[in-house]
Amino acid sequence: MGMVSAIGFDVPQALHALRHCQTGIGPIRFLQTRHRGTLPAAEVKASDYELATLLGLDDIRDYSRTALLGIMAAREAAAHARLHEHPYLRTGIVSATSVGGIDKSEVFFGEFLKDQARGGDLHYMVSHDCGDSTERIADDLGIKDFVSTISTACSSAANAIMLGARLIKAGMLDRVLVGGSDAITRYTLNGFNSLRIVDENWCRPFDQNRNGLNLGEAAAYLVLESARAVEESRKTPLAELSGFGNANDAYHQTASSPDGAGALRAMQLALHQSGLTTSHIDYINAHGTATPNNDLSEGQALKNLFKDYLPRFSSTKSYTGHTLAAAGSVEAVISVLSLQHGIIIPNLNFKDPIAELEIAPVVAFEEGIALRSILSNSFGFGGNCSAMIFSSC
Amino acid sequence: MPAYINSIGNISPQHSLDNNLFLEEVVDHYGSHLTCKEPNYRDFIAGANLRRMSRVIKMGVSAAKICLEEAQIDNPDAIIVGTGLGCMEDTDKFLSAIYESNEEIISPTQFIQSTHNSVASQIAIMLGCNNYNFTYVHRGFSFESALFDALLQFEEDESVKNILLGGIDEITPNYLSITGRLRQWKPNEYSQLSLLANHLRGSLPGEGAAFFMLGSEQAQHTYAQLQAVGMRYKPADESEITQYITGFLASQDLAIQDIDLVLLGLNGNTELDKVYYRVRDLLFKHNHLGYFKHLCGEYKTATAFGMWLAAQILHKQRVPEAVKLEPFQAKNINNILIYNNYSNINHSLLLLKNV
Amino acid sequence: METLITDLKTQIIEHLNLEGVSPGDIDADEPLFGSELGLDSIDALEIIVMLERIYGLKIKSQEEGKKVFYSVRTLAEFISENKGLGVV
Repeated sequence: MGMVSAIGFDVPQALHALRHCQTGIGPIRFLQTRHRGTLPAAEVKASDYELATLLGLDDIRDYSRTALLGIMAAREAAAHARLHEHPYLRTGIVSATSVGGIDKSEVFFGEFLKDQARGGDLHYMVSHDCGDSTERIADDLGIKDFVSTISTACSSAANAIMLGARLIKAGMLDRVLVGGSDAITRYTLNGFNSLRIVDENWCRPFDQNRNGLNLGEAAAYLVLESARAVEESRKTPLAELSGFGNANDAYHQTASSPDGAGALRAMQLALHQSGLTTSHIDYINAHGTATPNNDLSEGQALKNLFKDYLPRFSSTKSYTGHTLAAAGSVEAVISVLSLQHGIIIPNLNFKDPIAELEIAPVVAFEEGIALRSILSNSFGFGGNCSAMIFSSC
Repeated sequence: MPAYINSIGNISPQHSLDNNLFLEEVVDHYGSHLTCKEPNYRDFIAGANLRRMSRVIKMGVSAAKICLEEAQIDNPDAIIVGTGLGCMEDTDKFLSAIYESNEEIISPTQFIQSTHNSVASQIAIMLGCNNYNFTYVHRGFSFESALFDALLQFEEDESVKNILLGGIDEITPNYLSITGRLRQWKPNEYSQLSLLANHLRGSLPGEGAAFFMLGSEQAQHTYAQLQAVGMRYKPADESEITQYITGFLASQDLAIQDIDLVLLGLNGNTELDKVYYRVRDLLFKHNHLGYFKHLCGEYKTATAFGMWLAAQILHKQRVPEAVKLEPFQAKNINNILIYNNYSNINHSLLLLKNV
Repeated sequence: METLITDLKTQIIEHLNLEGVSPGDIDADEPLFGSELGLDSIDALEIIVMLERIYGLKIKSQEEGKKVFYSVRTLAEFISENKGLGVV
């Protein structure tokens, strides 16, 4: 696994922050925006230049921040899984992004709008499309056997993980790097702000008085391997992806349905595939964006699925912010960490349960717990709903 | 597992809306780019839904609607879309609004509509379809990834019977202006049917929205069978490409001579087209050859147009003259191979069979 | 007030791109949302943007929004009460 986020440049740093309940959300320091000083965000604590230095890259004019973050997390994951030791195994990458290289396009656009014929550095447009960051990661690691990119808004990385798992299951690949990367941009910050769902304070998932999300940025990747590859390399797997489900809420472009029909269906599909029942789920890493709509709808879907026996749950977006297309893999990494270390990361900033639901997330750090299976949810605009179940090996 | 192409909805620079017609009349867009022959969207989308849609969303949703109607299916088991660049018009507008308003008062609509999964999700909302919903956004693998996913689903799950699948990309003024500055397109105005005779630098920009209903079983309207899809990322040289192609065909129990028509993704860029010609010389010297980007232009999901073309050729057992790279008479067309590469990076193969 | 109401109807139709709807189709006293117009949460946000752009007026809270956006008449009353005061 590899992850770069507001709570650290790698997985050990993130684990340290999570164990100590330290959020990565704070005043905006790196993004050039008018909202600096008013809106908080969960930035990776380095400029593009600093990221490039850390990565040993010289000329980054046509590297988007999404690509830089992606390369950093992917390198960590590849090293952790020791991908280089078995180069003959068929290896692919399925990556997710929603902003792609918009961070560079928006710099270009400022000059371009003034002078269409000459304005703006064209280097900045080379990385605009979503496939760019995936190919840069693939080239950095020498991955060739399967290369694709998924964009289903905030459920993207969960879907990338699912496709990767299917490719392994079908015997098409031995190993696959899966996950997502999304940099924070003025585009998305202003986008969510125009929807009036960005909180000016720390986000409060599942709280009665929650007032929106905090935007974050991150890249997180996991290496999925077939049983054969694991056997050949004599590795101990960190966890098993035991089930996943994809559904569409088919309700509204931005709003979730009141009963969370799509979310419920995705969770049911995941459970069905895993062969587990609700009683096997020991913890839920919720989507929990802290928008009034999501948390109510997701909470309702959770209640409908688990009835009176809702397991412990929390939203770790109170640490990492909402990392959009990367959220699914960020939370997959956190879920695997929970399984590995027997820990539950509490929800920050929670006070009062949502009146309609009367459910409360975990608010204190817990450790020494034998966790069998964890459910992780990721939902997105356009009704895209995904759920995954990670189980201890 | 192979799949049947059971219905089609194709909005393209050609007259492709009516599936009974097939390039009897070829549209020659004199100019420097190709844009779609658009229908009256009101025929397909209710006014209340139309009001927020940009052109590419209208094209995508309408093409999907045509496809669904022909198949008489209103709840497909999956909706999968491939798009290289998504909803650029909305992206342009929202980016402009950020600058014009200095990040102050901005309408949210363009932001909402600009997400890459807009078309797939609008179709789901329109149909009330809760099933699998996916959008691929990987350059010249966008449409191919969607096909690959669909074929995999038929293999994984017997209960999956029908998958609605499409490839969409649009041209916008800013796209033309920026990619023009990157010198991707031939700068002059010319008769585009003579694309390959124009040796100025660059290619021909195009666009399209083509949807297909893929079925695990044959239906009344079946056009052809999609046998297999292949993708090869950054092959080192022509020999890796030719090995890949022969291996791909061998996995389908086919040899080069079994291919009755090879459709090449030639796009008029003389540098990049060299790859196609070398592969032709190495592999396809004795095959009938065709091409299609003078009809639809170059864009990241142009193979969706190619798949429409191949399916129609198989269904109608006729190769339109405009498609032929050299004159030939073809009889009994059973296997068509589409070989495309996007910037010599994303190489892909689509194999279609007569049913 | 009546002029303002007519203006507002036209502005809403234009801003929300309500094709095929004329000012006469909107009843000033009928609820704006949940009516035949089929407006949703995104339209509410668009009307907020419209108020800010054209009239320089801001809505303070969701509760206030609910009252102000009830009908074209409540919207017009809100504007005429607050116009000239700038941000309210």
